[in-house]
Amino acid sequence: MLTKRIIPCLDVDAGRVVKGVSFVDLKDAGDPAELASFYDKEGADELIFLDITASSDNRGIMEEVVKKVSENLFIPLTVGGGLSSIEDIRRMLDAGTDKISLNTAAVHDWSLVAAASNRFGAQCIVVAVDARSVPQNAPIANTGGTFTLDPESRWEVYTHGGRKATGIDAVKWCRHMDAVGAGELLLTSMDSDGHKYGYDIDLTSAVSDAVSIPVIASGGAGSPDHLLHVLEEGKADAALAASIFHFGTYSIAEVKEYLAEHGVPIRPIENR
Amino acid sequence: MSGTNVAIIDYGAGNLRSVAKALESLGAKPLVTSDPKEMEAADAIVLPGQGACDSAMVALKSHELIDTVKQAINSGQPFFGVCLGLQLLFDSTEEGNADCLGIIPGRVKRFPSGLKVPHMGWNTVEFQDTKHPVFQDIPQGSHFYFVHSFYADPESSDVVAATTEYGLDFCSAVAQGNLVATQFHPEKSGPMGLKLYANFLRMVGSLA
Repeated sequence: MLTKRIIPCLDVDAGRVVKGVSFVDLKDAGDPAELASFYDKEGADELIFLDITASSDNRGIMEEVVKKVSENLFIPLTVGGGLSSIEDIRRMLDAGTDKISLNTAAVHDWSLVAAASNRFGAQCIVVAVDARSVPQNAPIANTGGTFTLDPESRWEVYTHGGRKATGIDAVKWCRHMDAVGAGELLLTSMDSDGHKYGYDIDLTSAVSDAVSIPVIASGGAGSPDHLLHVLEEGKADAALAASIFHFGTYSIAEVKEYLAEHGVPIRPIENR
Repeated sequence: MSGTNVAIIDYGAGNLRSVAKALESLGAKPLVTSDPKEMEAADAIVLPGQGACDSAMVALKSHELIDTVKQAINSGQPFFGVCLGLQLLFDSTEEGNADCLGIIPGRVKRFPSGLKVPHMGWNTVEFQDTKHPVFQDIPQGSHFYFVHSFYADPESSDVVAATTEYGLDFCSAVAQGNLVATQFHPEKSGPMGLKLYANFLRMVGSLA
Protein backbone atom coordinates (compact mmCIF):
# COMPACT_ATOMS: atom_id res chain seq x y z
CA MET A 1 0.00 0.00 0.00
CA LEU A 2 1.25 3.49 -0.85
CA THR A 3 2.37 5.15 2.37
CA LYS A 4 1.97 8.72 3.53
CA ARG A 5 5.27 10.58 3.45
CA ILE A 6 6.85 12.52 6.31
CA ILE A 7 9.14 15.24 5.00
CA PRO A 8 11.43 17.46 7.08
CA CYS A 9 12.21 20.82 5.51
CA LEU A 10 15.48 22.64 6.03
CA ASP A 11 16.11 26.32 5.29
CA VAL A 12 19.47 27.01 3.69
CA ASP A 13 21.04 30.46 3.62
CA ALA A 14 24.28 30.94 1.69
CA GLY A 15 25.08 27.24 1.95
CA ARG A 16 24.35 26.85 5.65
CA VAL A 17 21.27 25.37 7.31
CA VAL A 18 19.60 27.99 9.47
CA LYS A 19 17.13 27.18 12.24
CA GLY A 20 18.88 23.82 12.10
CA VAL A 21 18.55 20.74 14.23
CA SER A 22 19.33 21.81 17.75
CA PHE A 23 18.80 18.76 19.93
CA VAL A 24 21.37 16.24 18.81
CA ASP A 25 25.07 16.24 19.09
CA LEU A 26 26.04 17.09 15.55
CA LYS A 27 29.56 18.08 14.69
CA ASP A 28 28.17 20.94 12.68
CA ALA A 29 24.47 21.72 13.00
CA GLY A 30 24.69 24.05 10.01
CA ASP A 31 26.10 21.50 7.58
CA PRO A 32 23.42 20.49 5.06
CA ALA A 33 25.10 17.15 4.25
CA GLU A 34 25.34 16.11 7.89
CA LEU A 35 21.73 17.08 8.56
CA ALA A 36 20.51 15.29 5.46
CA SER A 37 22.20 12.07 6.60
CA PHE A 38 20.79 12.54 10.07
CA TYR A 39 17.20 12.80 8.81
CA ASP A 40 17.71 9.92 6.41
CA LYS A 41 18.78 7.72 9.34
CA GLU A 42 15.87 9.06 11.42
CA GLY A 43 13.43 7.66 8.87
CA ALA A 44 12.51 10.71 6.79
CA ASP A 45 10.79 9.64 3.57
CA GLU A 46 12.11 12.60 1.58
CA LEU A 47 13.88 15.87 2.27
CA ILE A 48 13.19 19.40 1.12
CA PHE A 49 15.85 22.12 1.11
CA LEU A 50 14.56 25.63 0.79
CA ASP A 51 17.17 28.11 -0.37
CA ILE A 52 16.38 31.39 1.39
CA THR A 53 19.54 33.13 0.21
CA ALA A 54 18.56 36.72 -0.39
CA SER A 55 21.34 37.61 -2.81
CA SER A 56 21.31 35.98 -6.21
CA ASP A 57 25.12 36.33 -6.20
CA ASN A 58 25.21 33.37 -3.85
CA ARG A 59 22.98 31.16 -5.98
CA GLY A 60 25.85 28.96 -7.15
CA ILE A 61 26.51 27.97 -3.54
CA MET A 62 23.26 25.99 -3.46
CA GLU A 63 24.42 23.87 -6.38
CA GLU A 64 27.56 22.98 -4.44
CA VAL A 65 25.41 22.13 -1.43
CA VAL A 66 23.21 19.85 -3.53
CA LYS A 67 26.24 18.13 -5.08
CA LYS A 68 27.66 17.39 -1.67
CA VAL A 69 24.36 16.35 -0.07
CA SER A 70 23.32 14.03 -2.91
CA GLU A 71 26.66 12.22 -2.79
CA ASN A 72 25.46 10.14 0.16
CA LEU A 73 21.70 10.60 0.25
CA PHE A 74 19.61 7.74 -1.09
CA ILE A 75 16.15 9.17 -0.51
CA PRO A 76 14.49 11.80 -2.71
CA LEU A 77 15.63 15.41 -2.36
CA THR A 78 13.65 18.47 -3.45
CA VAL A 79 15.24 21.91 -3.72
CA GLY A 80 13.26 25.12 -3.90
CA GLY A 81 13.78 28.84 -3.59
CA GLY A 82 14.88 31.37 -6.16
CA LEU A 83 14.67 29.14 -9.23
CA SER A 84 13.24 31.17 -12.08
CA SER A 85 14.33 29.73 -15.40
CA ILE A 86 14.77 26.45 -17.27
CA GLU A 87 18.51 26.97 -16.97
CA ASP A 88 18.26 27.36 -13.14
CA ILE A 89 16.25 24.13 -12.99
CA ARG A 90 18.60 22.20 -15.26
CA ARG A 91 21.61 23.21 -13.19
CA MET A 92 19.94 22.14 -9.95
CA LEU A 93 18.88 18.77 -11.40
CA ASP A 94 22.37 18.25 -12.80
CA ALA A 95 23.77 18.99 -9.35
CA GLY A 96 21.84 15.94 -8.12
CA THR A 97 18.47 17.01 -6.75
CA ASP A 98 15.55 14.75 -7.66
CA LYS A 99 12.87 17.42 -7.80
CA ILE A 100 12.79 21.20 -7.84
CA SER A 101 10.07 23.43 -6.52
CA LEU A 102 8.81 26.61 -8.15
CA ASN A 103 6.86 29.26 -6.29
CA THR A 104 7.05 32.97 -7.13
CA ALA A 105 8.41 32.24 -10.60
CA ALA A 106 5.38 30.06 -11.38
CA VAL A 107 3.02 32.88 -10.39
CA HIS A 108 5.07 35.34 -12.39
CA ASP A 109 4.86 33.16 -15.51
CA TRP A 110 3.07 29.82 -15.29
CA SER A 111 4.36 28.78 -18.70
CA LEU A 112 7.64 28.05 -16.90
CA VAL A 113 5.89 25.14 -15.14
CA ALA A 114 4.65 23.79 -18.46
CA ALA A 115 8.05 24.21 -20.11
CA ALA A 116 9.92 22.61 -17.21
CA SER A 117 7.48 19.70 -17.08
CA ASN A 118 7.84 19.07 -20.81
CA ARG A 119 11.59 19.28 -20.66
CA PHE A 120 12.36 17.34 -17.47
CA GLY A 121 9.16 15.37 -16.79
CA ALA A 122 6.34 16.17 -14.35
CA GLN A 123 7.87 13.82 -11.77
CA CYS A 124 10.51 16.39 -10.84
CA ILE A 125 8.41 19.57 -10.94
CA VAL A 126 6.88 20.57 -7.60
CA VAL A 127 4.85 23.75 -7.45
CA ALA A 128 4.89 25.44 -4.05
CA VAL A 129 1.76 27.44 -3.24
CA ASP A 130 1.56 29.79 -0.27
CA ALA A 131 -2.10 30.45 0.56
CA ARG A 132 -3.78 32.73 3.07
CA SER A 133 -7.48 32.88 3.85
CA VAL A 134 -9.51 35.68 2.31
CA PRO A 135 -11.16 37.77 5.05
CA GLN A 136 -14.90 37.21 5.31
CA ASN A 137 -16.96 39.84 3.50
CA ALA A 138 -13.90 41.07 1.65
CA PRO A 139 -15.15 43.17 -1.26
CA ILE A 140 -14.09 41.04 -4.23
CA ALA A 141 -15.36 41.67 -7.73
CA ASN A 142 -15.74 38.73 -10.06
CA THR A 143 -13.39 39.57 -12.90
CA GLY A 144 -14.05 36.28 -14.64
CA GLY A 145 -10.34 35.47 -14.89
CA THR A 146 -9.36 31.81 -15.08
CA PHE A 147 -7.90 31.74 -11.61
CA THR A 148 -8.49 35.18 -10.14
CA LEU A 149 -10.33 35.62 -6.85
CA ASP A 150 -14.11 35.68 -6.96
CA PRO A 151 -16.69 36.34 -4.20
CA GLU A 152 -16.68 32.61 -3.34
CA SER A 153 -12.90 32.40 -2.97
CA ARG A 154 -11.69 31.25 0.42
CA TRP A 155 -7.91 31.37 -0.01
CA GLU A 156 -5.58 33.66 -1.93
CA VAL A 157 -2.11 32.85 -3.31
CA TYR A 158 0.76 34.87 -1.84
CA THR A 159 4.33 35.17 -3.07
CA HIS A 160 7.64 36.45 -1.74
CA GLY A 161 7.48 34.33 1.37
CA GLY A 162 3.88 35.22 2.08
CA ARG A 163 4.32 38.98 1.91
CA LYS A 164 2.77 39.75 -1.43
CA ALA A 165 -0.88 39.13 -2.33
CA THR A 166 -1.54 38.12 -5.93
CA GLY A 167 -5.31 38.27 -6.41
CA ILE A 168 -5.21 34.59 -7.38
CA ASP A 169 -7.61 31.99 -5.94
CA ALA A 170 -5.50 29.24 -4.39
CA VAL A 171 -7.76 26.29 -5.28
CA LYS A 172 -8.19 27.42 -8.89
CA TRP A 173 -4.46 28.04 -9.09
CA CYS A 174 -3.62 24.56 -7.85
CA ARG A 175 -5.99 23.04 -10.39
CA HIS A 176 -4.29 25.10 -13.09
CA MET A 177 -0.82 23.98 -11.98
CA ASP A 178 -2.00 20.37 -12.19
CA ALA A 179 -3.33 20.99 -15.71
CA VAL A 180 -0.13 22.57 -17.03
CA GLY A 181 2.18 19.82 -15.79
CA ALA A 182 3.09 20.10 -12.11
CA GLY A 183 3.89 16.66 -10.69
CA GLU A 184 3.14 17.55 -7.11
CA LEU A 185 1.98 20.50 -4.97
CA LEU A 186 3.63 21.82 -1.83
CA LEU A 187 0.80 23.67 -0.15
CA THR A 188 1.62 26.01 2.72
CA SER A 189 -1.02 27.71 4.82
CA MET A 190 0.33 31.15 5.67
CA ASP A 191 -2.37 31.41 8.37
CA SER A 192 -1.07 28.32 10.16
CA ASP A 193 2.63 28.54 9.37
CA GLY A 194 4.77 29.03 12.46
CA HIS A 195 1.88 28.76 14.93
CA LYS A 196 2.04 25.03 15.75
CA TYR A 197 -1.75 24.86 16.16
CA GLY A 198 -2.07 22.39 13.34
CA TYR A 199 -2.30 22.39 9.56
CA ASP A 200 -5.14 24.12 7.71
CA ILE A 201 -7.35 21.09 7.15
CA ASP A 202 -10.01 22.89 5.08
CA LEU A 203 -7.47 24.36 2.69
CA THR A 204 -5.60 21.10 2.29
CA SER A 205 -8.67 18.98 1.64
CA ALA A 206 -10.14 21.58 -0.75
CA VAL A 207 -6.94 21.51 -2.82
CA SER A 208 -6.48 17.74 -2.58
CA ASP A 209 -10.05 17.24 -3.86
CA ALA A 210 -9.51 19.71 -6.69
CA VAL A 211 -6.37 18.15 -8.18
CA SER A 212 -5.24 14.75 -9.43
CA ILE A 213 -1.61 15.05 -8.31
CA PRO A 214 -0.13 14.46 -4.83
CA VAL A 215 -0.34 17.26 -2.25
CA ILE A 216 2.27 17.90 0.45
CA ALA A 217 0.69 19.80 3.35
CA SER A 218 2.79 22.40 5.12
CA GLY A 219 2.44 24.98 7.87
CA GLY A 220 1.36 24.54 11.46
CA ALA A 221 2.74 21.20 12.62
CA GLY A 222 3.10 21.16 16.39
CA SER A 223 2.29 17.57 17.35
CA PRO A 224 1.87 14.10 15.80
CA ASP A 225 -1.88 14.61 16.07
CA HIS A 226 -1.65 17.50 13.62
CA LEU A 227 0.03 15.28 11.05
CA LEU A 228 -2.63 12.61 11.57
CA HIS A 229 -5.42 15.10 10.90
CA VAL A 230 -3.93 16.59 7.77
CA LEU A 231 -3.15 13.16 6.32
CA GLU A 232 -6.65 11.88 7.08
CA GLU A 233 -9.26 14.67 7.04
CA GLY A 234 -6.98 16.95 5.06
CA LYS A 235 -6.45 14.18 2.46
CA ALA A 236 -2.79 15.14 2.09
CA ASP A 237 -0.41 12.63 0.52
CA ALA A 238 2.53 13.87 2.55
CA ALA A 239 3.16 16.15 5.50
CA LEU A 240 6.05 18.58 5.76
CA ALA A 241 7.31 19.72 9.12
CA ALA A 242 10.26 21.79 10.24
CA SER A 243 10.58 23.00 13.80
CA ILE A 244 8.98 20.04 15.60
CA PHE A 245 11.72 17.87 14.15
CA HIS A 246 14.54 20.41 14.27
CA PHE A 247 14.03 21.20 17.94
CA GLY A 248 13.49 17.58 18.87
CA THR A 249 9.96 18.16 20.14
CA TYR A 250 9.18 14.87 18.40
CA SER A 251 11.36 12.52 16.44
CA ILE A 252 10.30 11.20 13.06
CA ALA A 253 10.10 7.77 14.67
CA GLU A 254 7.65 9.02 17.31
CA VAL A 255 5.48 10.68 14.69
CA LYS A 256 5.49 7.58 12.49
CA GLU A 257 4.67 5.32 15.41
CA TYR A 258 1.73 7.53 16.34
CA LEU A 259 0.44 7.56 12.77
CA ALA A 260 0.80 3.78 12.45
CA GLU A 261 -1.13 3.28 15.70
CA HIS A 262 -3.94 5.32 14.19
CA GLY A 263 -4.04 3.29 11.00
CA VAL A 264 -2.14 5.60 8.67
CA PRO A 265 0.05 3.63 6.22
CA ILE A 266 3.66 4.70 6.74
CA ARG A 267 7.07 3.32 5.86
CA PRO A 268 8.29 1.78 9.11
CA ILE A 269 11.65 2.87 10.43
CA GLU A 270 12.85 -0.75 10.58
CA ASN A 271 12.32 -0.93 6.82
CA ARG A 272 15.37 1.24 6.40
CA MET B 1 31.52 -7.26 -6.56
CA SER B 2 34.04 -4.56 -5.77
CA GLY B 3 35.25 -2.84 -8.89
CA THR B 4 32.45 -4.16 -11.11
CA ASN B 5 32.35 -2.07 -14.26
CA VAL B 6 28.80 -0.91 -14.87
CA ALA B 7 27.89 1.09 -17.96
CA ILE B 8 25.01 3.47 -17.30
CA ILE B 9 23.40 4.30 -20.61
CA ASP B 10 23.50 8.05 -21.22
CA TYR B 11 20.76 9.20 -23.56
CA GLY B 12 20.01 12.47 -21.78
CA ALA B 13 17.80 10.99 -19.03
CA GLY B 14 17.69 12.70 -15.69
CA ASN B 15 18.61 10.22 -12.99
CA LEU B 16 21.98 9.00 -14.27
CA ARG B 17 23.99 10.55 -11.50
CA SER B 18 21.87 9.19 -8.67
CA VAL B 19 22.15 5.66 -10.07
CA ALA B 20 25.91 6.11 -10.50
CA LYS B 21 26.33 7.37 -6.94
CA ALA B 22 24.38 4.48 -5.50
CA LEU B 23 26.54 1.94 -7.38
CA GLU B 24 29.70 3.81 -6.42
CA SER B 25 28.73 3.68 -2.74
CA LEU B 26 28.68 -0.12 -3.14
CA GLY B 27 32.20 -0.23 -4.53
CA ALA B 28 31.28 -0.62 -8.20
CA LYS B 29 32.83 1.45 -10.98
CA PRO B 30 29.95 3.06 -12.84
CA LEU B 31 30.61 4.68 -16.19
CA VAL B 32 28.02 7.00 -17.66
CA THR B 33 28.34 6.51 -21.39
CA SER B 34 26.63 6.55 -24.76
CA ASP B 35 29.46 4.67 -26.47
CA PRO B 36 28.37 1.16 -27.58
CA LYS B 37 31.95 -0.12 -27.28
CA GLU B 38 32.17 0.94 -23.65
CA MET B 39 28.85 -0.75 -22.96
CA GLU B 40 29.99 -3.95 -24.59
CA ALA B 41 33.16 -3.94 -22.52
CA ALA B 42 31.33 -3.41 -19.22
CA ASP B 43 30.44 -6.22 -16.81
CA ALA B 44 26.85 -4.98 -16.67
CA ILE B 45 24.57 -2.35 -18.14
CA VAL B 46 22.01 -0.12 -16.45
CA LEU B 47 19.22 1.59 -18.39
CA PRO B 48 17.88 4.41 -16.22
CA GLY B 49 15.06 6.72 -17.18
CA GLN B 50 12.52 9.28 -16.16
CA GLY B 51 9.73 11.14 -17.88
CA ALA B 52 7.96 10.01 -21.03
CA CYS B 53 8.50 6.84 -23.11
CA ASP B 54 8.09 8.76 -26.36
CA SER B 55 10.88 11.24 -25.78
CA ALA B 56 13.11 8.53 -24.29
CA MET B 57 12.72 6.40 -27.44
CA VAL B 58 13.48 9.45 -29.58
CA ALA B 59 16.57 10.13 -27.46
CA LEU B 60 17.74 6.48 -27.64
CA LYS B 61 17.27 6.58 -31.39
CA SER B 62 19.13 9.87 -31.84
CA HIS B 63 22.02 8.42 -29.82
CA GLU B 64 21.83 5.31 -32.07
CA LEU B 65 21.48 3.12 -29.00
CA ILE B 66 18.41 1.03 -29.77
CA ASP B 67 20.30 -1.83 -31.40
CA THR B 68 23.04 -1.60 -28.78
CA VAL B 69 20.53 -2.13 -25.98
CA LYS B 70 18.82 -5.02 -27.77
CA GLN B 71 22.14 -6.69 -28.56
CA ALA B 72 23.38 -6.31 -25.00
CA ILE B 73 20.29 -8.02 -23.62
CA ASN B 74 20.33 -10.78 -26.26
CA SER B 75 24.04 -11.41 -25.71
CA GLY B 76 23.37 -12.33 -22.08
CA GLN B 77 25.14 -9.34 -20.58
CA PRO B 78 23.69 -8.57 -17.13
CA PHE B 79 21.18 -5.76 -17.55
CA PHE B 80 19.23 -3.62 -15.06
CA GLY B 81 16.39 -1.29 -16.08
CA VAL B 82 15.13 1.39 -13.69
CA CYS B 83 11.67 3.03 -13.83
CA LEU B 84 11.29 4.17 -17.44
CA GLY B 85 14.10 1.71 -18.12
CA LEU B 86 11.60 -1.04 -17.27
CA GLN B 87 8.76 0.40 -19.35
CA LEU B 88 10.97 0.84 -22.42
CA LEU B 89 11.60 -2.93 -22.53
CA PHE B 90 7.99 -3.59 -23.53
CA ASP B 91 6.38 -3.52 -27.00
CA SER B 92 4.35 -0.36 -26.81
CA THR B 93 2.85 2.26 -24.54
CA GLU B 94 -0.38 4.17 -24.10
CA GLU B 95 1.84 7.18 -23.45
CA GLY B 96 2.32 8.53 -26.96
CA ASN B 97 2.69 6.58 -30.18
CA ALA B 98 6.28 5.44 -30.22
CA ASP B 99 7.06 1.74 -30.23
CA CYS B 100 9.24 0.68 -27.32
CA LEU B 101 12.16 -1.76 -27.46
CA GLY B 102 9.99 -4.86 -27.79
CA ILE B 103 12.15 -7.10 -25.61
CA ILE B 104 9.33 -8.20 -23.32
CA PRO B 105 5.87 -8.83 -24.84
CA GLY B 106 3.31 -6.50 -23.31
CA ARG B 107 2.07 -2.96 -23.15
CA VAL B 108 2.64 0.03 -20.86
CA LYS B 109 -0.67 1.39 -19.61
CA ARG B 110 -2.16 4.40 -17.87
CA PHE B 111 -3.35 3.99 -14.26
CA PRO B 112 -7.16 3.85 -13.94
CA SER B 113 -8.83 7.23 -13.39
CA GLY B 114 -9.61 8.41 -9.89
CA LEU B 115 -6.08 7.80 -8.61
CA LYS B 116 -3.53 10.49 -7.85
CA VAL B 117 -1.00 10.36 -10.67
CA PRO B 118 2.00 10.23 -10.59
CA HIS B 119 2.02 7.26 -8.25
CA MET B 120 4.57 8.94 -6.01
CA GLY B 121 6.11 7.76 -2.77
CA TRP B 122 7.02 4.62 -0.84
CA ASN B 123 4.96 1.57 -1.61
CA THR B 124 5.27 -2.09 -0.67
CA VAL B 125 6.68 -4.68 -3.04
CA GLU B 126 5.68 -8.36 -3.07
CA PHE B 127 8.31 -10.54 -4.72
CA GLN B 128 7.24 -13.56 -6.74
CA ASP B 129 10.58 -15.30 -6.43
CA THR B 130 12.44 -14.43 -3.25
CA LYS B 131 15.22 -16.81 -4.25
CA HIS B 132 16.10 -14.75 -7.31
CA PRO B 133 19.68 -13.51 -6.69
CA VAL B 134 18.67 -9.85 -7.03
CA PHE B 135 15.80 -10.10 -4.52
CA GLN B 136 17.49 -12.33 -1.99
CA ASP B 137 17.21 -11.31 1.67
CA ILE B 138 14.78 -8.52 0.88
CA PRO B 139 11.71 -9.08 3.04
CA GLN B 140 8.31 -9.37 1.40
CA GLY B 141 6.44 -6.11 1.71
CA SER B 142 9.56 -3.97 1.85
CA HIS B 143 9.00 -0.35 0.87
CA PHE B 144 10.56 1.17 -2.24
CA TYR B 145 10.29 4.62 -3.77
CA PHE B 146 8.09 4.99 -6.84
CA VAL B 147 7.38 7.89 -9.13
CA HIS B 148 5.59 7.07 -12.38
CA SER B 149 2.33 7.69 -14.22
CA PHE B 150 2.20 4.50 -16.31
CA TYR B 151 2.69 0.83 -15.48
CA ALA B 152 3.83 -2.20 -17.47
CA ASP B 153 1.38 -4.99 -18.24
CA PRO B 154 3.34 -8.05 -19.46
CA GLU B 155 1.59 -10.61 -21.66
CA SER B 156 3.13 -13.47 -19.70
CA SER B 157 3.12 -13.61 -15.92
CA ASP B 158 6.39 -15.59 -16.13
CA VAL B 159 8.42 -12.38 -16.39
CA VAL B 160 6.72 -10.74 -13.37
CA ALA B 161 9.24 -10.67 -10.54
CA ALA B 162 7.26 -8.46 -8.17
CA THR B 163 3.92 -6.75 -7.82
CA THR B 164 2.70 -3.62 -6.07
CA GLU B 165 -0.81 -2.39 -5.37
CA TYR B 166 -1.93 1.05 -6.53
CA GLY B 167 -5.55 0.99 -7.59
CA LEU B 168 -4.69 -2.40 -9.07
CA ASP B 169 -1.89 -4.95 -8.67
CA PHE B 170 0.71 -3.97 -11.21
CA CYS B 171 4.06 -5.44 -12.21
CA SER B 172 6.71 -3.56 -10.22
CA ALA B 173 9.68 -5.68 -11.31
CA VAL B 174 10.51 -8.03 -14.15
CA ALA B 175 13.18 -10.71 -14.38
CA GLN B 176 14.10 -12.80 -17.40
CA GLY B 177 17.47 -14.53 -17.52
CA ASN B 178 20.20 -11.90 -17.36
CA LEU B 179 17.65 -9.11 -17.37
CA VAL B 180 16.15 -7.42 -14.29
CA ALA B 181 14.15 -4.22 -14.17
CA THR B 182 12.28 -2.38 -11.44
CA GLN B 183 9.53 0.20 -11.73
CA PHE B 184 10.72 1.69 -8.42
CA HIS B 185 13.98 3.57 -7.90
CA PRO B 186 16.45 1.49 -5.84
CA GLU B 187 18.80 4.51 -5.77
CA LYS B 188 16.13 6.50 -3.92
CA SER B 189 14.91 3.67 -1.70
CA GLY B 190 17.36 3.97 1.18
CA PRO B 191 19.26 0.95 2.53
CA MET B 192 16.82 -1.58 1.02
CA GLY B 193 17.36 -0.13 -2.44
CA LEU B 194 21.12 -0.25 -2.00
CA LYS B 195 20.80 -3.86 -0.90
CA LEU B 196 18.98 -4.69 -4.11
CA TYR B 197 21.76 -3.07 -6.18
CA ALA B 198 24.36 -4.91 -4.09
CA ASN B 199 22.56 -8.17 -4.91
CA PHE B 200 22.65 -7.28 -8.60
CA LEU B 201 26.39 -6.55 -8.42
CA ARG B 202 26.94 -9.88 -6.65
CA MET B 203 24.99 -11.65 -9.39
CA VAL B 204 27.15 -9.90 -12.00
CA GLY B 205 30.26 -11.01 -10.13
CA SER B 206 29.10 -14.62 -10.02
CA LEU B 207 28.46 -14.61 -13.78
CA ALA B 208 31.81 -13.08 -14.66
